[in-house]
Amino acid sequence: MSELAVFPVVVPLFGSLAALLAGLARSETGWPVAVSTLFVQAGVAVVLAGRAFGDQPVRYVVGGFEAPFGIELVIDGLSATMAVLVAVVALGVLGYARVAGPRSNAFYATYLLLVAGLSGMSITGDVFNMYVFLEITGLAAYALVASGEGGRSARAALKYLLVGTIGASLFLLGIGFAYVATGTLNMADLSRQLAEVGYGSPLVQASFGLLVVGLFVKIALFPIHTWQPNAYAGAPDSVSGLISALVSTVAAYALIRLVFTVFTVEFLLANAFAQTVLVAAAAVSIVLGSVLAVTQQEIKRMLAYSSVSQFGLVVGAIAVANGTALTGAAIHLVGHAIMKGGLFLTSGLIADTTGARTVAEYEGLVERFPVGAGAYGVLALAMVGVPPAVGFVGKWYIALGAVEARSWPLVVVILVSTLLTLAYFARVIERMFFREPAGDAAGEGATPAPTLVTDGEGASEPPLVSAGMQATVLLAAVLAIVLGVAAFEYGQLLEPTIDRLLA
Amino acid sequence: MIELLASRIYYLVSFLLLGVGTYMLIANENLVKKVIGMNIFQTGIFLFFIVTAFVSGGSPPILTAPEPYASPLPHVLILTAIVVGVSLTAVALGLIVRIYGEYGTLNESVIQRMILDE
Repeated sequence: MSELAVFPVVVPLFGSLAALLAGLARSETGWPVAVSTLFVQAGVAVVLAGRAFGDQPVRYVVGGFEAPFGIELVIDGLSATMAVLVAVVALGVLGYARVAGPRSNAFYATYLLLVAGLSGMSITGDVFNMYVFLEITGLAAYALVASGEGGRSARAALKYLLVGTIGASLFLLGIGFAYVATGTLNMADLSRQLAEVGYGSPLVQASFGLLVVGLFVKIALFPIHTWQPNAYAGAPDSVSGLISALVSTVAAYALIRLVFTVFTVEFLLANAFAQTVLVAAAAVSIVLGSVLAVTQQEIKRMLAYSSVSQFGLVVGAIAVANGTALTGAAIHLVGHAIMKGGLFLTSGLIADTTGARTVAEYEGLVERFPVGAGAYGVLALAMVGVPPAVGFVGKWYIALGAVEARSWPLVVVILVSTLLTLAYFARVIERMFFREPAGDAAGEGATPAPTLVTDGEGASEPPLVSAGMQATVLLAAVLAIVLGVAAFEYGQLLEPTIDRLLA
Repeated sequence: MIELLASRIYYLVSFLLLGVGTYMLIANENLVKKVIGMNIFQTGIFLFFIVTAFVSGGSPPILTAPEPYASPLPHVLILTAIVVGVSLTAVALGLIVRIYGEYGTLNESVIQRMILDE
């Protein structure tokens, strides 16, 4: 029954089509279609994950063409984690989007297309197939960012598209170099043949460089992150919740997959320079991402820059390249997705309830909107890494891995990063809980303050806050704590997968 | 040196196109020309793939033709990549139409100034 492996891609693809067709018959029918599709998707992903966490990954050859020639789907513990994460987060964000989000059927068709692309990236075992899914993900994400009203979201989406396309094209060029060197595109086969070609070959090194830089653009690491704050801040709230939680996360997963399955640890050992570049990119991203986050006034932009710094941590774990750090990377990817998606949705909820969208407007929020302020506080502290939240466990493993590898500069940066994360969240938390609302801000509390920000809803509509939106936000806050408790168990479950990656 | 360059002229041209595309993407203020730059960049990569498939004296990969064959796989990959490129261009132009409707101009710096003035 390994045919089940194609369903994480096929289900949302057909769901997307169904949402479009349902829109022809009746408008605003996209939401129920999307929910039922994603329930099926989550079920399939969980069943697959149950099998993938065994000794052997689930393999499926598409169309009956044998492995090195045809496209192979390979689902191991890490892929299964991503597939489940994608399905669950997409389902959760739907709970928020029913009232808040864009409601057209085209929106939900694109939404499911994004899920298909992300799931495809997670489970494919073929590098060119991964490029195609990367572009599907990209196209859907550009369209979703543009689904907000006004010029801001369109400009953000165009910038995202131009920069993202360059990233994906570099990725494609990297595949080209690897193909020229070996004549194959299957990941397992590539890894064997690249070893035969030799890790010192300029073709192989160039291929590694292009693939990594291409994915850096998609992950949004420091010097090439410029598309990301605009895209996250310009998109409607439900979309920023979705893409901040999933798109960069799956790109980081792709980086892990390429570095360890295709190029293997021996490549990193043979090319100390490559490892140095990864460490440097991680360190610069962690520090400067946080510094930029501290300087932001708009909450959503601050959260976006925070992602730049958090993904620096994950890349740092990849550079360290030992089992502990990779376990930490996997936990942090999941944890960050829950926390950052939750934070974006919470900030959207707060904006819809009180109109507050900047750090200054958050003053005394706990009196105006205790639920939102509470959820935001919990998620922010989880992100900083207060035990027992999941943010702590991920960072702990990564730091421990860096100590094991005696990568002292990285250890220092990771520890400092906790302080830096505290720096930008503390000023928000302090304003929310320990300051009286400023006079004029409190007076306008009930109506949305006239800011420059334009979000998904038109200015004419009254802010609608549904129970579903509040439930989603609270669920994210609870998950951020519960996952922290479950993370150690998960780390053990992941052990055979990580051993295979490092073999 | 000249001979070395001449034997790799196709690779040189494809990488030249990458440079031209990147330059247009960054330096041009007109949004449509930025998209054209993106297209040129992608075309450079497409041509690189096609060049790698070339076999001197090779014939089309049909069983009745004599060996050696040109590699068909890069062509197939690039067909897929071209389709992706067309969709990207379509989405980009759609966004530009919206931006033009909003601001009434295609010039990036003019739009920037309009936002700062608001």
